[in-house]
Amino acid sequence: MNLEVSIGGLKMKNPVMTASGTFGYGEEYEEFLDLNLLGAIVVKGLSLQPKEGNPPPRVVETAAGMLNAIGLQNIGIERFVSEKIPFLRTLNTPVIVNFFGDSVDEYSEAASRLDGVEGIHALEMNISCPNKQAGWAAFGTDPKVTCEVVSAVRKRTTLPLIVKLSPNVTDIALMARVAEDSGADALSLINTLTGMAIDIRTRSPKLANIRGGLSGPAIKPVAVRMVYDVFKAVKVPLVGMGGIMNADDAVEFIMAGASAVAVGTANFINPSVAGEIALGIAAFMEREGIGDIRLLKGAAHAV
Amino acid sequence: MSRAFRAEIRENLPLNRNHKLLTLAPLDPMSEPQPGQFYMVEVHEGFDPLLKRAFSLFRRTPQGMQLMYRLQGRGTAILGNMRPGSVINMLGPLGRGYPLPAAGETPIIIAGGIGIASVFSLIETVPARAHVIYGARTRDDLFMLNELKEISKGLSVCTDDGTDGQQANVLQMLDQVLGAHPQELADAVVYACGPRPMLRALSVMTKAKDIKAYLSLEEHMACGIGACLGCVVRAKDTGTAAEDKDRQGTYQRVCKEGPVFDADGIVWE
Repeated sequence: MNLEVSIGGLKMKNPVMTASGTFGYGEEYEEFLDLNLLGAIVVKGLSLQPKEGNPPPRVVETAAGMLNAIGLQNIGIERFVSEKIPFLRTLNTPVIVNFFGDSVDEYSEAASRLDGVEGIHALEMNISCPNKQAGWAAFGTDPKVTCEVVSAVRKRTTLPLIVKLSPNVTDIALMARVAEDSGADALSLINTLTGMAIDIRTRSPKLANIRGGLSGPAIKPVAVRMVYDVFKAVKVPLVGMGGIMNADDAVEFIMAGASAVAVGTANFINPSVAGEIALGIAAFMEREGIGDIRLLKGAAHAV
Repeated sequence: MSRAFRAEIRENLPLNRNHKLLTLAPLDPMSEPQPGQFYMVEVHEGFDPLLKRAFSLFRRTPQGMQLMYRLQGRGTAILGNMRPGSVINMLGPLGRGYPLPAAGETPIIIAGGIGIASVFSLIETVPARAHVIYGARTRDDLFMLNELKEISKGLSVCTDDGTDGQQANVLQMLDQVLGAHPQELADAVVYACGPRPMLRALSVMTKAKDIKAYLSLEEHMACGIGACLGCVVRAKDTGTAAEDKDRQGTYQRVCKEGPVFDADGIVWE
């Protein structure tokens, strides 16, 4: 049975990755699953300088989901390279570094700094974060800005470049084409959906940051639809994510057009789940008599 | 050994109208918990509510452990309805518990309300050594008073409404205890768990009196294992002064660097 997939030049032994921000730097999960079971590990988003993040409360549970406003807290690229990469290099699983910046220059510098670090196999670019030069509107919501920032990063790295799309746009297929045309080797989707929750007793927002990103099973149908639409619009491979809780959910994304999938919020509920999903996809293929995972990709489009 | 395990509910006893005591027997090998550590408990197999709930270790038992909890929202309501024989998924023990008092130190252990759930096992760990101060709103919210009397050196009880012990708060009680044993408590170390305002006031008081204090904090939590960075509090590393120059502290994870923090290091916001 073949579970191997390739994402923009990155070869993975199976299609299951972890979603950035839900898997720490990998080591947090070592005791809960065999990290070598995973197709790839995507680490917590990094910036050039360490970032402190937002004040608490940062997370709030909602119906079949959760809102988070962590504020991109991270230890910065330098500490990641010196403190976290040595452990990750002991694994037989490729490492994808998610990164962001608050200006085009910062993105470029970050990409350039990560390029050529042994133990980093691909980059995932978060374009849902705020752009300092444009009144803090998210990079990934304006086609021109997306084109500018992705093109700039493309020039600074030879690693496979995955651009993570924001779902908080009117036409995600358009944004996908822009990212593809600007040099992305692959696209991952979806990032969290912007939301909020209010405590009706205190009449105040539940998150200190007011707005947060909604994740979990509540967003899965939205994410599946977006993968389906983007699959029709671009040629580059897709990494599908958004509320994947089990292998069936993962297969659904693959049938919508994803070459690989990322497990996110589910890691918080069951820290072993990403490995279980990798095994579960194989079990599904066994039951269905499918010899190659690639035969499932986009299966829902045949109808 | 993985700290993920399944546990069977042996008992789920009501303590009063909105507090219960859950007795669990792990079905998988379990790691030995330390006082002040906590567990993440799956209250529901479906997707709503989605997240596990965090509960302090109340007491280690020969077969497993007990968790004391207050019925507070949907998660604890579901847990409260679970019957003996049910099997639940858990993670733990998690976080850093209370550093035990040194041989010459006298522990003063303070609980506010359901905070007793966190400090009870600490009191058990230092039998007949601790001065225990236990405050609650009213008599019905005080639990295990007989056990506490037996395992502590002295038990001081207070309630907001005066229905049991003194009508006072735990800070006033701490003042009294310190005043009554000035010699012995020259080397006191305070441990406390309770509502945030109580802990904050205690940190001010212990700092003014130059008493070492360890406080167990709570914050909204998603994963419990240090990955999501949801449950942070601002705190300074009191051990190393390295990142501490500006005295602003850094965001530290309640689930990993905590839940117990050196009171002197917490930056209250």
